[in-house]
Amino acid sequence: MSEVAASTPFNPDPYAIPLDSKFNVAQARLFQQDAHWAWFDRLRSESPVHYCDESEFGPYWSVTRYNDIMEVDTNHQIYSSEGGIAIVEQAEDFRLPMFIAMDPPVHDEQRKVVSPVVAPMNLKKLESTIRERAAGLLDDLPTGEEINWVDRISIELTTQMLATLFDFPFEERRKLTRWSDVATASEESGVVESEEQRRQELFECLQTFTEIFRERQARPGNNDLITMLAHGESTRDLLDRPMEFLGNLILLIVGGNDTTRNSITGGVLALNQFPAEYDKLRANPGLITTMVPEIIRWQTPLAHMRRRALVDAELGGQQIKAGDKVVMWYVSGNRDEQAIENPYEFAIDRARPRQHLSFGFGIHRCMGNRLAEMQLRIIWEEILKRFDNIEVVGEPTRILSTFVKGYSDLPVILHPRK
Amino acid sequence: MAKITYIQFDGTKTEIDAENGSTVMNTAIDNLIPGIDADCGGECSCATCHVLVDPAWMEKVGAPSEQENAMLDLNPDREENSRLSCQIPVTDELDGLIVNLPEFQY
Ligand code: HEM
Ligand code: FES
Repeated sequence: MSEVAASTPFNPDPYAIPLDSKFNVAQARLFQQDAHWAWFDRLRSESPVHYCDESEFGPYWSVTRYNDIMEVDTNHQIYSSEGGIAIVEQAEDFRLPMFIAMDPPVHDEQRKVVSPVVAPMNLKKLESTIRERAAGLLDDLPTGEEINWVDRISIELTTQMLATLFDFPFEERRKLTRWSDVATASEESGVVESEEQRRQELFECLQTFTEIFRERQARPGNNDLITMLAHGESTRDLLDRPMEFLGNLILLIVGGNDTTRNSITGGVLALNQFPAEYDKLRANPGLITTMVPEIIRWQTPLAHMRRRALVDAELGGQQIKAGDKVVMWYVSGNRDEQAIENPYEFAIDRARPRQHLSFGFGIHRCMGNRLAEMQLRIIWEEILKRFDNIEVVGEPTRILSTFVKGYSDLPVILHPRK
Repeated sequence: MAKITYIQFDGTKTEIDAENGSTVMNTAIDNLIPGIDADCGGECSCATCHVLVDPAWMEKVGAPSEQENAMLDLNPDREENSRLSCQIPVTDELDGLIVNLPEFQY
């Protein structure tokens, strides 16, 4: 697959080609080169619901305007999540049952089971541990020399937070990152050598958590996710359904991993690109509250979600056929000037900063959205206490993906507060 | 027009003269009443405008639609008298309405 993609001519200018059924925005290289913006600008203004009949992911519709995306997201009776939520298809024979890729009624039942673990009441109880660990990490960072923000801070903080949520053995926390990477690895990513290895590692994940689950069953009273699952009325027998147990674990690990990681990095990049906003923030740290959702909008950590039409439907004047793949490009809707004022500006004091598409809307709306916001708020509060400036000193390296919108490298120099 | 009383989780009460054509959600936002987030702007698709309707008013306010029901169901703290305030239009009949705001929106 990757070889075909690499040998086709690649022109990052969307105005150099006709806007027809070959106009294909689902090219990972566009995102890696940060060249996708103009493609979506063109689609939004000239063909907001656009059919591409040929891509490495097969034919698909692109939905690019805020309101049309909202319409797809809120009509789950027409636009189904069953079978997968990214443009790329999953291997048929090893699909973990996860409610993110299910329709009602099973989706609703399963989400209800785990959603109390990220309820605001529980988040409050986890806040102090997350803060202590974040503070410890930031205190140990070298100042005045170039470091990779992604590796030193974003990945490490996110991993620590995951370990805190699960009360996972802290020294073994990088296993969580590994399982997240393995679970989402594509064939060409090189993360695993074979499908067999992937299954083997995920099986180890299941075994590890089965032991933890048993241990917590015998020892109630903690606030971590596994203790809650081990004692929850509808989850205490989860070990009898190992694939469902593994599916839910992976969903919680993956859901909060890349997304939060790339929001942490994205915030630093945005403040450097909009220095006046950084000044505002330094003058008034209270703006963290409105800055956090703005970071999540600006970054849009997941570029799209996909659906499949169950019946024929009309959308934005186009005829969608039953069975068609429909891709909601959140990354585009979040730059739609008809819905968001000055959408290309990063503005940390917007009046309604939460009105963005990054968490989706409707029954699949991100279950961890308050958790994600809390994590970012804590991190920024602790950063501002310590550093006067996180200076970006080079170009970021972006990830090769049409789904995860993020970074593998961001060189920075930390300047401590005087 | 209808007088609506919003009661915060901490007991603070605010009375507002609400305009017909608005909603219980929009009236709160327009008057800067905290406790309602309304992330989706009234599209019945975020459930962050959750309110608890005073039981005496339940009948007048009416039952939620199917879509509202599905969204309310995402909330583990859903009660008998839970409603999404963007789905309650302001009418003369609701004069005197009392709604309680939950401790958290999801
Ligand atoms: C900034 C960070 C995050 C972003 C941008 C994000 C984005 C999203 C999006 C777009 C969806 C919607 C899926 C759909 O419509 O098909 C979703 C669902 C979900 N997210 Fe997040 N997420 C974030 C953080 C988290 C965290 C920290 C968790 C950990 C608990 C989490 C857990 C989930 C789960 C369980 C779902 C499935 C909900 C369902 O299908 O009902 N997410 N997320
Ligand atoms: S404002 Fe989103 S559901 Fe009411």
